[in-house]
Amino acid sequence: MAGSSSSIMDNLFQRTLDDLIKSMRLQLLNESTFISKSIEDIRREIKSTDPQTKSTALQKLTYLSAIHGVDMSWASFHVVEVMSSSLFSHKRIGYHAASISFHDSTPVLLLITNQLRKDLSSTNHFHASLALHCLSTIATLDLARDLTPDLFNLLSSSRVFIRNKAIAVVLRVFDKYPDAVRVCFKRLVENLESSDPQIVTAVIGVFCELSSKDPRPYLQLAPEFHRILVNSKNNWILIKVLKIFARLAPLEPRLGKKIVEPICDHIRRSGAKSLVFECVRTVITSLSDHESAVKLAVLKIRELLVDQDPNLRYLGLHALSVAAPKHLWAVLENKDAVVKSLDDEDSNIKIESLRLLMAMVSESNVVEISRVLLNYALKSDPEFCNEILGSILTTCGRNDYEIIVDFDWYVSLLGEMATIPHCQKDEEIENQLIDIGMRVKDARLQLVRVARDLLIDPALLGNVYLHKILSAAAWVAGEYVQLVRNPLELIDALVQPRTNLLPPSIRAVYINSVLKVLSFCLDCYLDQDEGTASSYCGNLAGGQSEMFHVKKHTEAPELVATTCEGSNYEQDEGFNPRNTTVESSDDLSDENDTDRAVTLLSMKNFTHESIVSLLNRIELIFSSLTANQDVEVLERARNIFAFVQMVKAEIIDNSGQNVDTVDKKYTQVSAVIKSIRDTFSMELGPVSISAQGRVAVPDGLVLKENLDDLKAICGDIELPSSSSFYTGGPQFGTASDTSSSNPLKNDESGPSNESTSLLEHRKRHGLYYLASDKSETVPNDYPPANDPKANSSTNDEADELAKLTEKSLLLKKRTNQVKPRPVVVKLDDEAAAPIPDKRPEPINDSLSGAIKDVLLGSEINLSVSRRNPLDKSSTKRKGKKKLGTDLPSEMKENLGDAEKPDLENPNPSSKNKERRRRGKEKIVEGEESDQRGKKKSSHRHGKHKTHQRANSPLNVVSQAPVIPDFLL
Amino acid sequence: IHFVLLISRQGKVRLTKWYSPYTQKERSKVIRELSGVILSRAPKLCNFVEWRGHKVVYKRYASLYFCMCIDDTDNELEVLEMIHHFVEILDRYFGSVCELDLIFNFHKAYYILDELLIAGELQESSKKTVARLIAAQDSLVETAKEEASSLSNIIAQATKNEDMFGTISV
Repeated sequence: MAGSSSSIMDNLFQRTLDDLIKSMRLQLLNESTFISKSIEDIRREIKSTDPQTKSTALQKLTYLSAIHGVDMSWASFHVVEVMSSSLFSHKRIGYHAASISFHDSTPVLLLITNQLRKDLSSTNHFHASLALHCLSTIATLDLARDLTPDLFNLLSSSRVFIRNKAIAVVLRVFDKYPDAVRVCFKRLVENLESSDPQIVTAVIGVFCELSSKDPRPYLQLAPEFHRILVNSKNNWILIKVLKIFARLAPLEPRLGKKIVEPICDHIRRSGAKSLVFECVRTVITSLSDHESAVKLAVLKIRELLVDQDPNLRYLGLHALSVAAPKHLWAVLENKDAVVKSLDDEDSNIKIESLRLLMAMVSESNVVEISRVLLNYALKSDPEFCNEILGSILTTCGRNDYEIIVDFDWYVSLLGEMATIPHCQKDEEIENQLIDIGMRVKDARLQLVRVARDLLIDPALLGNVYLHKILSAAAWVAGEYVQLVRNPLELIDALVQPRTNLLPPSIRAVYINSVLKVLSFCLDCYLDQDEGTASSYCGNLAGGQSEMFHVKKHTEAPELVATTCEGSNYEQDEGFNPRNTTVESSDDLSDENDTDRAVTLLSMKNFTHESIVSLLNRIELIFSSLTANQDVEVLERARNIFAFVQMVKAEIIDNSGQNVDTVDKKYTQVSAVIKSIRDTFSMELGPVSISAQGRVAVPDGLVLKENLDDLKAICGDIELPSSSSFYTGGPQFGTASDTSSSNPLKNDESGPSNESTSLLEHRKRHGLYYLASDKSETVPNDYPPANDPKANSSTNDEADELAKLTEKSLLLKKRTNQVKPRPVVVKLDDEAAAPIPDKRPEPINDSLSGAIKDVLLGSEINLSVSRRNPLDKSSTKRKGKKKLGTDLPSEMKENLGDAEKPDLENPNPSSKNKERRRRGKEKIVEGEESDQRGKKKSSHRHGKHKTHQRANSPLNVVSQAPVIPDFLL
Repeated sequence: IHFVLLISRQGKVRLTKWYSPYTQKERSKVIRELSGVILSRAPKLCNFVEWRGHKVVYKRYASLYFCMCIDDTDNELEVLEMIHHFVEILDRYFGSVCELDLIFNFHKAYYILDELLIAGELQESSKKTVARLIAAQDSLVETAKEEASSLSNIIAQATKNEDMFGTISV
């Protein structure tokens, strides 16, 4: 009594869903507390014994869960309770809650199988429909397996709306439990012939989804689909059928001819845009060989492009971009419309047209298109601007700048991009600047020019997004300093006061570049001096400093012998290979000429005063930096500082002395400078990503060791990230170590070694370095590309490099009028490295295998369908009739065909499983025997040709039902 | 169709229906992301948004955004039609539907949607049939209610009285 009265009270005072929603709307401020309070109520109410109270509580909970995302998994048992109510209103609430809250791992799913079965077979069709809805969202493997027979019954329900739903549920069931195909597939196909358009819609919908996973098995149903395509007036159905055909057509070349006419008809006649668009899409994706159809489709696309409706414009562009790979002419024809859409107010349309433009880009029009895009970028909003820049960069950079012919232009374009106010593509531009510097020799002059323009502008330093680009520019300017017109100006730019706005890592790059430029200046200056000393006239063949040294050796050996120290000697010998190259290979002389011209030009600027003032200024600036907080900056600044002081001491001391003493006194400094210069003038090349992989792992090196404790050691040290800059983008990371270890080898005495910190670190934690010298120097250590002798001895990478270089030089000689495309240094394995893309495996092999089985051998499946032998046999008969075959006449032949390959499989009992597994192989073999079958049967059937989907070799007993192929 | 969302202009969710498995966390993330994208779009732009490799087709009716997420290969215009279809059925059912109707009858909107779509596929393209089915189910509910125990009738009566008292006392 007490219990019942409390439940009455509950019921009496229970808030209904309406109440809940109303009061929720009043609670504007603390919604969450209100929700949690309601949940408390619900928790209490849902335990009530009164079904009304319980279901109302559940309804409220469902509401909260659906709209406010409240967790309701705790109530799943109550959901089952409400589901099992006999009242429709309660049941509905329960099922609704189930379909919202249940998922594959809900434990109570096991409990509802019987309930669902009861409802599915209920005489009340609405109960059945509820169960179907629920099944369509929550079906699991177990549910699908257990309920397949019930579903099968419903597939032939007399109620259209039930049959409809059952058909749709089949989709989910097949997905979860492929074996259901054996039971249900026939009936599904039968429904295709239904006179009720609703049912056909449902079936086609299912096939459309099924074929999206693996279209092959459904080729045999093509005649049915074709009939629908021709006869149906229902746009919903037509669109789905078109989708199916779009997937089938590529598999069966003969299919295209059959469907192209009806599709074109639809394009011409239909007023429904959605249908027309689907037709167009089908044509351009799957029927691209049928020229007239494509032309018609492109015509339609053009109509879409100029339409008022943004949706249609968008879809038009989208269709074009689908067509672009195969029919570029279609895009080019509509170029105006595409460019116009760049101005569209809708960003989606803009992006789509941008993609199209990028698809259009080729060698011949890249300049023009980039110009147009850059103009758009200047006036568009930041987001789209970056979108544009990003796509220009990726398109142009694709395949090692495949489409770029004029690198001078491209480099200046990069510079221009960098100065666009909204530009945020810093990293990409940075990488490309350095990458081009290393790969394209001919572009370096322009590159240096662009870098100078960027560096010299103090305003740019304030822009955070430019910092990375600036650091690339600084690196380029330092690395190719011999091409710089005015090194003094460059140093000014590199040490200007506003550089303190830069982050330390980039500042370090700046400082390093200063060192490079400075050593270059000093080197030139000393050469000048020595040149005057030994009455060297500037127009000798060897303009380069190294060259000059060797000349000096030959002219005045006794001088060298007396003044030069041993180290200097070695040094000069080190230069010999390079020297011989210059002399022996005439190819290079052009290039050296230009180099020399620039060098000589700049050399003239170095007077004694200018050098001294330069040194003074650098000393002043770097003296303040020697107290910098950042390790990288501090280290490099100190190195330079010490170097400058040393040089200065000697130079100033010796100013005004006579020539001979100058020469003598300078030697120590000049040795140092020379060796520094030597290190820096070593050319860096791109390194293949996989280069390190080629080096055999030395014994005793454990690569897979857990390096967790490394973090503790290097936690506060900025690891190579800053020094990797030295050489370029991330993929060149390995190169950085060479450049920093080389100087050490070459000049131990050099006071200015920016890499000492790194080396020390390496010594200390050597354990964690991948056998550095061995693995890293091999791919990197090849000498400058123009050194044939050395190249022959190094690995194939360098060979490739040299070959390319030579080729380019030859090319240059021959065609002097037309400017050739400069060489882009490519590493052969860079492209080959990526994993060969795997052929996409059919996702649900088992499903399509099963479907194939059903379609191929309906007989054999009889034994499989244990549950409905009666139904099945009738189905089988029907199926045979429907397929309209004359089996007896074919039977022997098929057996004959099938017998031979059968020898391979002596175990027929396991064929079902086997066959399912081998679904794919079968297809290939089926195709073969298909050909055979056709030949044989063609004469027998005369006009009524049969297209015979032959059985698999494993499928001994079954005969392939011969499908009258009125398509072919 | 992967899911259907109804979002009000203020970003409040009015109805969600998921046809692909998403966890609760993913769901709220999806809702947040999409409402951000869609609500910020100006009128007169196209109704398609690319999103995580899928397309979201949305359409605004009064203050409600109807969104459906579809595969890349699906026909956008068709889905737009579908949304319109859904709205028309709602309209027919509620008699010029407004946001409040959906707020207070959210379960009914669900039932209608269920009749329209099953397993993410369009099932019923006839408005009449949907209306008929829903009406039939409603009448089923009504008769069921009438047949229901007298107790709940009494209770219903009582709650009504309660309400009346409540209003009087206020």
